[in-house]
Amino acid sequence: MTADAVVIGAGIVGAACADALSTVGLRVAVVESRVIGGGATAAGMGHIVVMDDSEAQFALTHYSQQLWRTLSPEMPAELEWDPSGTLWVAADEEEMQAVAHKHAYYVARGVNVEVLDAAQLADAEPNLRRGLHGALLIPGDSVVYAPCAAAWLLARAQLRRASLLADRVISIGRHSVHLTTGDRIESPNIILASGAWARELLPAIPVRPRKGHLAITARYPGFLRRQLVELGYLKSAHGHDTESVAFNLQPRTTGQLLIGSSRQYDVTHTSIDAPFLARMLRRAIHFMPALEHLRVIRAWTGFRAATPDSLPLIGPAPGREGLWLATGHEGLGITTSLATGRLIADAIAGRTPAIPPEPYLPARFPQ
Amino acid sequence: MPANFEVVIVGAGPAGLAAASAAVERSRRVLLIDDNPAPGGQIWRGEGRQPPRGVETWLETQVLGPLRPGLLMADRAGVPAQISYEKLILATGARERFLPFPGWTLPSVMGAGGLQALVKGGLAIEGKRVVVAGTGPLLLAVAAYLAKRNARILLVAEQAPRQRVLRFTANLWRQPAKLAQAFSMGRYLALKYRTGLWPVSAHGNGKLEEILLSNSRRLACDYLSCGFGLVPNSELAALLGCRIATGEVLVDEFQRTTRERIWCAGEPTGIGGAELSIIEGRIAGYAATGDRHSATSLFTARMRASRFPREMDSAFSLRPELRRLVHPGTIICRCEDVRFSQLTSHTTWRAMKLHTRCGMGPCQGRVCGPAVEFLLGCAPEGARPPLYPATVSQLALDRQ
Ligand SMILES: Cc1cc2nc3c(=O)[nH]c(=O)nc-3n(C[C@H](O)[C@H](O)[C@H](O)COP(=O)(O)OP(=O)(O)OC[C@H]3O[C@@H](n4cnc5c(N)ncnc54)[C@H](O)[C@@H]3O)c2cc1C
Ligand SMILES: Cc1cc2nc3c(=O)[nH]c(=O)nc-3n(C[C@H](O)[C@H](O)[C@H](O)COP(=O)(O)OP(=O)(O)OC[C@H]3O[C@@H](n4cnc5c(N)ncnc54)[C@H](O)[C@@H]3O)c2cc1C
Repeated sequence: MTADAVVIGAGIVGAACADALSTVGLRVAVVESRVIGGGATAAGMGHIVVMDDSEAQFALTHYSQQLWRTLSPEMPAELEWDPSGTLWVAADEEEMQAVAHKHAYYVARGVNVEVLDAAQLADAEPNLRRGLHGALLIPGDSVVYAPCAAAWLLARAQLRRASLLADRVISIGRHSVHLTTGDRIESPNIILASGAWARELLPAIPVRPRKGHLAITARYPGFLRRQLVELGYLKSAHGHDTESVAFNLQPRTTGQLLIGSSRQYDVTHTSIDAPFLARMLRRAIHFMPALEHLRVIRAWTGFRAATPDSLPLIGPAPGREGLWLATGHEGLGITTSLATGRLIADAIAGRTPAIPPEPYLPARFPQ
Repeated sequence: MPANFEVVIVGAGPAGLAAASAAVERSRRVLLIDDNPAPGGQIWRGEGRQPPRGVETWLETQVLGPLRPGLLMADRAGVPAQISYEKLILATGARERFLPFPGWTLPSVMGAGGLQALVKGGLAIEGKRVVVAGTGPLLLAVAAYLAKRNARILLVAEQAPRQRVLRFTANLWRQPAKLAQAFSMGRYLALKYRTGLWPVSAHGNGKLEEILLSNSRRLACDYLSCGFGLVPNSELAALLGCRIATGEVLVDEFQRTTRERIWCAGEPTGIGGAELSIIEGRIAGYAATGDRHSATSLFTARMRASRFPREMDSAFSLRPELRRLVHPGTIICRCEDVRFSQLTSHTTWRAMKLHTRCGMGPCQGRVCGPAVEFLLGCAPEGARPPLYPATVSQLALDRQ
C-alpha cells in the first residue's frame, strides 16, 4: 500500500495532522493500534488554554486556540465544546503581582483578559475559599472533549480520502512503515504522532512519559462556572520536580467536575497511586473546601509526553529523511494539536506557516 | 489511625460468614465487612444471621479500594476509615445481570433480587400483580419469597427451553438440599412457572402497565422483576491486582489469588451458589490462618458441590433471541442515557465508553457492562478506584 503521508497514532495530534494534511490535498493513511483518542487524549482535561511562559509557547497556544475557535461552530454536540474561560487564581500578594504581569503581557498581544480583585473573584466563584487575593480572567479559553474531537477530525480527513488502519507500526524504515500484519505502507512522508509511546519506535527521541492523575465527580450543575487554575500550577507544570500537584478544576457540560492536576516522572505503571491522588485532592480542597462533600465516581491516570524544554517536537526528524515528528506536547497537546497539524502540513506542502516554526523543530536537541 | 486486623473479610454473605467462622478458630483479630445494614448477603439478608462469635463486624461499610499494600480505604457509615490487614479474604459475591428490552427503564421494572431487597426493606407488595422473568433457580426463590409476602405472582417466565430445565431438575436428586429447596417452592408457584418464555417489551405511561411476552400475549401487571443470571463482583480483586480471567478471580486449591496474602471465595471465583460458596469460604478462612489440614479436608466436598453450578450453567444459558429484543433507540446505559444504536459502530468496550459515555456514570458499568457483553460481545476491562462513589474528602485522606 502507498500513501502521500502516513500518520502513526490517532490521538488528538495524529487526528489533527491527518485533517490538515488531507486539506492540502495529500492522501493520508492513519495507523492506530488501540482506540481512536484512547491514549493521553482520553486522559486529558481538554482545556484549550493560552499560556505565556515562553514566547514560543504563547505563539503556539494562541494560534491553536484561534484554530479551535474557528472550528467550533461546526462541532457536533458530543465534542462538548464549552467556551467557559479560565480563572488563574492568586493566593497571595506575590501571585497578584504575577497576575498584573500576565495581564500586561496578554494585553500587549491582543488577548482579551481581565483582572478580578478578591471580591470579584468571590462573586465569580462563590465556592472558592475566602482570603484569596484575586485572579486573572481569560474569557477566550475553552474546553473540548478530546476523544470525540479526535474522532471528528479523523472523520473529516476520511471525507478527504484519508484511510484508517487498525494496526500497530512495529518499525519505521526509509519512506515506509512496517505493520504487525506484515504489511508495509510506502510513503514519502511519515509523521510520528504516537505521543508518549514515541520512544518505542524512535529510542533516541527526547521524550519522557510524565504521569498525571485526574478525578471526576458526579453531576453538580452550577457548582462551578469557569476552569480554575492556581497560579502555582505553572511551577508544577514547568518545574522539573519528580512529583508535584496543583489545583486545577474544570466544569464539564454534564455538570461534573474534573479535578486535577498532578505530575510524576519515572513512573510507568498505569494504576492509581492512592496516596498521591489524596495529595492532589487535598490541594483542591485547600482552594475549594466545598469540594469535600462532593462525590468522586472515578479516578484515572494518563501519560504526557514531556520534553526537556517544555516545548513540543514539530518538524523533520534530524538525519531521517521523510520522517516528521509531532509529539512531546506534555500537558498542552489538546490545545496545540491543531497548530501542530498545520505546521506539519505547511512544511510538507512548502507553504509559509502562520507562526515561526523554528522553536519547535526537533533539530534543537543534540541527537 | 488505621484499624489493625490479622484477617479482613470483605462481604458477609455465605462465603464471608463461613470464612469468618473458620478464621476465628485460630485468630482473635478477624474483621468482617459488609455494605448492607445486616449480614447474610443476597440470600440470608434479613433472616437474623449473626456473625460468628469473636469476629468484629462492620456493617454499612464500603471498601473503596486499596490505599497501599496491606491497607484498604473504606467508608464506614459515612466516616472515612482505613483498615490494615495481614490477610485479606474477598467474598464480594455477585450481582444480577439485567438485559435491556424496550421499556426496561420504566419504574417498577427491576432486578429480581432488586425487588426482593425492596420488599425486605419495607415495600408493600401485598396484592400487587408481579411477573418474575429471566433465568435460573433464583427466579423461583424470588417468586416464593414474594408469594409469602402475599404478592400475586401472575407468572414466572423462564427463558430456558423446557427440555433443559427438566434435565436439570432430574439431576437434582444428587443434591438433596437443592431438591428440598425446589419442593418448598410449593404447588402454587409450580402452576405459574413457564419455560421457554420471556418478556419482549414493557409498556406504560410513566409507570409499568403491561408487558408483551415472547408468545405474543400481553399481561397487565404492577411489577416486572427480571434476572438473567449472575455476574461475579470481581472489581475489588482487580483493583488489588489479582489476576482475573473471563470475569472470574483466579484462585488455587487453597482459594489463594495470584496476589500474596489475598484469598477469594464464593461467586467472584465463578458463579456456584450458596453451598459451594460456604465451602470455599471455609477453605479460605482456614488457609488464611495457616490451618492447611482443615482446608484440605474440605476439598472433596468442594468438588461435589461444584457439579451443580456446572449443570446450572448449561441448563440456563441465555438464548440468542434475547439479543434481538433491543431496538436502536433502547437505552443501554441508564446512567448516561446511551442508546443501542450509538454503540454498534464500536468494537471494544473502551471505544464505546470513550466515544459514547457508556459506563461512565455512577455505576461505572456495573449494570450496562454485563448487558453490553451479552449483546455485543465486549466486556469492560480493568477497574478504577473508587469502587463506589466516594466523597472527595474520603479520597483525600491519607494519614497513617
Ligand atoms: C492528566 C492529563 C491532563 C491533561 N490536560 C490537558 C489539558 O487540559 N489541555 C491540553 O491541551 N492538554 C492536556 N493534556 C495533554 C494532552 O492530553 C496530550 O498532550 C495529548 O493528548 C497528546 O496527544 P497525542 O495524540 O500526541 O498522544 P496520544 O493521545 O497518546 O495518542 C498517541 C496514539 O498513538 C497510538 N500509538 C502508539 N504507538 C503506536 C504504534 N506503534 N502504532 C500505531 N499506533 C500507535 C496510541 O495508541 C495512541 O492512540 C493532559 C494530559 C494528561 C495526562
Ligand atoms: C473530559 C473527560 C471526562 C471524563 N469523564 C468520565 C466520566 O464521567 N466517568 C468515567 O468513568 N470516566 C470519565 N472519563 C475517563 C475515561 O473514561 C477513562 O477513564 C480515561 O480515558 C482513562 O481511563 P483508564 O486509564 O481508567 O482506562 P480504562 O478506560 O479503564 O481502560 C484502561 C485501558 O487501558 C489499557 N491499558 C492498560 N495498561 C496499558 C498500557 N500500559 N498501555 C496501553 N494500554 C494499557 C487496558 O487494557 C484498558 O483497555 C473522562 C475522561 C475525559 C477525558
